Amino acid sequence: MKTKVIIMVYNKRIDGRGFDELRPIEAKAGVIKNADGSAYFKMGKTIAYAAVYGPREMFPKFQQDPKKGVLRCNYNMMPFSGAGERVRPGPSRRSKEISMVTEKALLPVIDLNDYPNAVVDVFIELPQTDAGSRCCGINAAAIALADAGIPMKDLIAAVAVGRADGQIIVDLNYEEEHLHEFIEVESKEVADIPVAMIPSTNEITLLQMDGIISKEDFMNAINKVKGAIQKISEIQRNALKDKYGESIENGESIYNGESIYNDSDDRTE
Amino acid sequence: MDYDTKKHIIECLDKGVRYDGRKKDQLRDIEIKTGVIETAEGSAYVRCGNTEVLAGVKMAVEKPFPDTPEEGILMVGAELYPLSSAKYESGPPDNKAIEVARVIDRGIRESKSIDNKRLCIAAGEKVWTINVDIAPLNDDGNLIDVGSMAAVAAILNAKFPKYEDGKVDYKVKTDESIPFDKIPVAITVLKLGNHYVIDPSDLEQDAADARLTVTSLEDGKLCAMQKGGDNPLSIEDIDKMITLAMIKADEIRKLIKNS
Repeated sequence: MKTKVIIMVYNKRIDGRGFDELRPIEAKAGVIKNADGSAYFKMGKTIAYAAVYGPREMFPKFQQDPKKGVLRCNYNMMPFSGAGERVRPGPSRRSKEISMVTEKALLPVIDLNDYPNAVVDVFIELPQTDAGSRCCGINAAAIALADAGIPMKDLIAAVAVGRADGQIIVDLNYEEEHLHEFIEVESKEVADIPVAMIPSTNEITLLQMDGIISKEDFMNAINKVKGAIQKISEIQRNALKDKYGESIENGESIYNGESIYNDSDDRTE
Repeated sequence: MDYDTKKHIIECLDKGVRYDGRKKDQLRDIEIKTGVIETAEGSAYVRCGNTEVLAGVKMAVEKPFPDTPEEGILMVGAELYPLSSAKYESGPPDNKAIEVARVIDRGIRESKSIDNKRLCIAAGEKVWTINVDIAPLNDDGNLIDVGSMAAVAAILNAKFPKYEDGKVDYKVKTDESIPFDKIPVAITVLKLGNHYVIDPSDLEQDAADARLTVTSLEDGKLCAMQKGGDNPLSIEDIDKMITLAMIKADEIRKLIKNS
């Protein structure tokens, strides 16, 4: 009699994290002295700096809006920030698209009605990347906007979820995005879904997806992201409290990777 | 720069005090950290007062230039990120960014610190290219000197990635450093009224009549210079500025060596 043994290959994450566990996070507010607001956000090996300048007069003038202020984001990878070859300086199709979706991700919580004809510039620079750079940039930008005193109803938080080798995982690193190059897998299908959320309402402000995934798995993944978003949101708030000297009640602005759920049973050790 | 501010800065200098309380030939406090970026082959972070700069080295194997078939290639790039100051705008590098990059590039290139022939893998076919990129995080003046410090510290920190079967494996770093035997140090001296000032802040830079960047080596030789600013310098000015630059270069060279 022939029996086929089916093995779930990805039962332990490459870096030993639980499936719903974020990489270690470090967040700081007010790191760039010239800026009106700024932040540093590190998720695993991905680092983002964000600086906010404004509200200030919008140039070129034809882009001014006489009714309200404009949010303008710019995402850029430093030339030495990629693990492989040097990244050519200057805007690319990729960086322009990410700048745009970052803008759309942050905009829903921002109120610029008091600043007609003005612009709020958000500059995001990445000195070192290991997947998840747009989410890391958004997390830094949200802290920087709050640090600059821009009126906001919440802090946007972002993280990627995905599916690798049949398993739903939170906060993919580079190796997991290219899993079959690193370990033997049952299925080469990898889905990567960067998500930004308004933590107080669980509304989604950024959603992208590439890879192959069933609708069922997708819905499963998107529901799993909420816990991670709450954790990131707490770290963002603590970074701001750190700077402004308010005592921190729960946790710190550094996260060292315990599981984010108390009742988590799928955590690997 | 408005007339009154400039006048005030010069009046302070007449009394021997700078706007930020330093002496005319006093550097701001300097912090150098190396190996700060894991994705780069070599990297450095330099903070000088409130000016903060990152520099990263990326290496690649490329075809050499036809006129120098046995020599590796060194390139220094700099961008003035709008993140680092309200003065800068997004867009392709402007004249200022290009000047910063080229003055630093020239200082390192002309020092002949890097033996380009040792970067050759196969003459006319394959040589190492060393790209040094300078990324300012916060610009409070003196980007050329601070950027140059960061670039040299990053080159000294760099290790070649593994090269096998005609391919570079960036995941594996070897123990081999870039052959770099002298340490060029750029010092920019400003002329403000009748005064010479080093390590200028952003404000002093805007107020300056002229500036001279002098890159010098340990053995007392000069390897690159650049005059900037809208006003002329006399030969006596230049004499004094070079002397000052060389004394200060020794101080910074010690810091880089100890980093």
